[in-house]
Amino acid sequence: MPLVKDGALVADAWTRIADDAALPGDGAVTVSFKRWEAERSSLLGRNAPVGVFLGNTDPVEALASDLNRIGVVMLDFPKYTDGRAYSQARLLRERLGYRGELRATGNVLRDQLLFMRRSGFDTYEVDERGAAGFAASMAAVTHAYQPATNDAGMLLRRYTSARASGAK
Amino acid sequence: MTVAHAVTANRLRDGIPVYRTEDGGWSPQFSAVGQLATAAEAEAIAAAAGAVNGKDAVVGAYAITVEVDGAAVRPTSLRERIRAEGPTVQPLAAMRKAS
Amino acid sequence: MYRYDEFDHDFLAERVAQFGDQVARRLSGELTEEEFRPLRLMNGLYLQLHAYMLRIAIPYGTLSATQLRALAHVARRYDNGYGHFTTRQNMQFNWIKLEEVPQAMADLAAAEMHGIQTSGNCIRNVTADQWAGVAPDEIEDPRVWCEIIRQWSTLHPEFSFLPRKFKIAVTGSPHDRAAVRVHDIGLRLHRNEAGEIGFEVMVGGGLGRTPYIAKTIREFLPKQDLLSYLEAILRVYNQLGRRDNIYKARIKILVHALGAEKIAELVEAEWQQMRDGALKLPQATIDAISTHFAPPDYPTRDPMPPQLMAARLRDPDFARWLRSNVAPHRVPGYAIVSISLKPEGAPPGDCTAGQMDALADLSERYSFGETRVTHEQNLVFPHVAQEHLPELWRALDALELATPNIGLASDIIACPGLDYCSLANARSIPVAQHLGQRLGALDRQHDLGNLQVKISGCINACGHHHVGHIGLLGVDKNGEEFYQITLGGSAADDASLGAILGPAVAYDKVVDTVASLVEGYVGLRENGERFLDTYRRVGAAPFKERLNAAR
Ligand code: SF4
Repeated sequence: MPLVKDGALVADAWTRIADDAALPGDGAVTVSFKRWEAERSSLLGRNAPVGVFLGNTDPVEALASDLNRIGVVMLDFPKYTDGRAYSQARLLRERLGYRGELRATGNVLRDQLLFMRRSGFDTYEVDERGAAGFAASMAAVTHAYQPATNDAGMLLRRYTSARASGAK
Repeated sequence: MTVAHAVTANRLRDGIPVYRTEDGGWSPQFSAVGQLATAAEAEAIAAAAGAVNGKDAVVGAYAITVEVDGAAVRPTSLRERIRAEGPTVQPLAAMRKAS
Repeated sequence: MYRYDEFDHDFLAERVAQFGDQVARRLSGELTEEEFRPLRLMNGLYLQLHAYMLRIAIPYGTLSATQLRALAHVARRYDNGYGHFTTRQNMQFNWIKLEEVPQAMADLAAAEMHGIQTSGNCIRNVTADQWAGVAPDEIEDPRVWCEIIRQWSTLHPEFSFLPRKFKIAVTGSPHDRAAVRVHDIGLRLHRNEAGEIGFEVMVGGGLGRTPYIAKTIREFLPKQDLLSYLEAILRVYNQLGRRDNIYKARIKILVHALGAEKIAELVEAEWQQMRDGALKLPQATIDAISTHFAPPDYPTRDPMPPQLMAARLRDPDFARWLRSNVAPHRVPGYAIVSISLKPEGAPPGDCTAGQMDALADLSERYSFGETRVTHEQNLVFPHVAQEHLPELWRALDALELATPNIGLASDIIACPGLDYCSLANARSIPVAQHLGQRLGALDRQHDLGNLQVKISGCINACGHHHVGHIGLLGVDKNGEEFYQITLGGSAADDASLGAILGPAVAYDKVVDTVASLVEGYVGLRENGERFLDTYRRVGAAPFKERLNAAR
């Protein structure tokens, strides 16, 4: 899967470790939420970055106290039309103040990228078409009404002091 | 009267109902529909139909049954007859034009 | 009326271009149908029996003359010369070509219209009382809030892939003309004991396979908190709503499964975390949007114009129309005029391009350029001087738009049904046509009063049959069209769901059967009772007998 970060294709620094596989001695790894819960202290004690893969029903709040020690949170789109991860993303960013990498995985198509970015994602595992069309899709709609993770939207602002200047 | 099988879909570019012809093309004319002996044949053709791109690409192909009475062929179900022949009600525009 | 500013225009231009690109990628084969489907639905584009169907949003049912002309243009240029007004205050075109959609969308955008979020599992076009701003009993104009909700919900990044579609309706009057209790969220503006205006928030109403009347989860929500509270509801729903079964995915099922108290608790907990955040509405925003809905500058008009009195005495047809289609206005000397799209024998809710153009002209002459769309599939001129009523009536009559039947038996609601809709079990339009003629005649004979007949071609209930005084639901029995009859539903303040009367009736019997039920009511009614009142008083038994005799 091509991985896009800051608009460019990058190599994936993280290795996803299956629940029944042994942890490698070094290198950045991601584990499932279940494994994270079971092996939290040994994972944090490892002298290498760790990330967590959350399913759509895993509670983001459970990571609250460890977020500054987690290098990546991966959220899942099991199907393009399943939008639960958007809420998880916003909660991580806006409620819990998570600042690390937030990655969209699964059925990530280029026509959802704008929604993902505004919900706080910053890396995307896309298919070939998504990689090729990434920039165009991200630039397709630059105007947003509602406040979301990365911007306040124009619904509230354009009628107050920042009016006309903000409309562009 | 006998029952035969056939395949229909909507054409991608304009959405109109089309019928799979004997030579493997698609026609907007129901009269051109190709008859198949079994439902399985029709379903197999329908399943493969969505993969074709281009000017004649179709959407949502599925198998139907048709009634054959000599040279006369018509879809079995009311739904398919309405697709093939148009709404059973006159649209308002036509009613207004006529009056 | 709300007018787009530069931001709205720029946004819509980008959106139109984005969808144009998506259409091009579909036509080239880059996108599969499965990938494209949610994208086209989010722009109001369906694939129906005969062609694509394009659903255009008419936010809170308000149309300018320019917009009405734009709809006429689309009907003429891209369709077969007519359009269909739906029960959700939208317009549907039935004969659209995918290749032409981007151009049609661009034409509509010039008139500040679009199909965004008229379909798909997102927050749909918000609906309102069709008499907003002019109803004598109104507390506050609901359209201000609909517009705020429209902006907040447009391409909402978090709520564009919900478990299922999501419908919000707002009313600002004690008398509910927006059917708010059968929406996913219903909002009712009212005054609390301190005299402040806020919202009663109702959740989990809806029709379809499992109809429910919405439950109130908050009696009073301060206005500036509206968006944060809505966001809290949607967030709870987005995370907990079922995604494994399309028939159990609406919020009503969640509300029913967890109970209204539990939902209220979850929403409250979520809301407390964000109520003072970015969504708190500044008064400046509310004020700025309110100015768009300021009433027109009404010149003073005679509240008892002599020409109106004279015309009423002279012409019984005019007098009849006045009685059924004209309602009191909050400004003396003015009236609210309903324009029936139900001439007996015609498809309910259809309007030709010629009629739309003519109505646009008439609205400019008589209604400050404003037209409303009702969820009963009729139109409204909201600001007509009483002294203009006779000439307006003559003009409407010439267009076959003066049928005097608003709220009466032949004012039938019907979805497109099997003549157009790919999901239908049975036809709705021909039943409505024949029934309209039959009930129209009965009404002239017996003065039936308010009677709401609503017809859906399948359980999706676009024709709102559950809340008809008489509801008809098309069902399929071994390939034959049958209709299940429900009685006793209402979408008004006394909202209730109809009860199934008995076995379904065949297509060729359904008109006779319904006529017999109505005749039964005529025999049973006591002074001034509506069909609904009589049914509620006497119960189903006498109607059951008639059903069994007729079918
Ligand atoms: S109720 Fe059913 S038949 Fe009627 S328009 Fe809705 S989906 Fe189609």
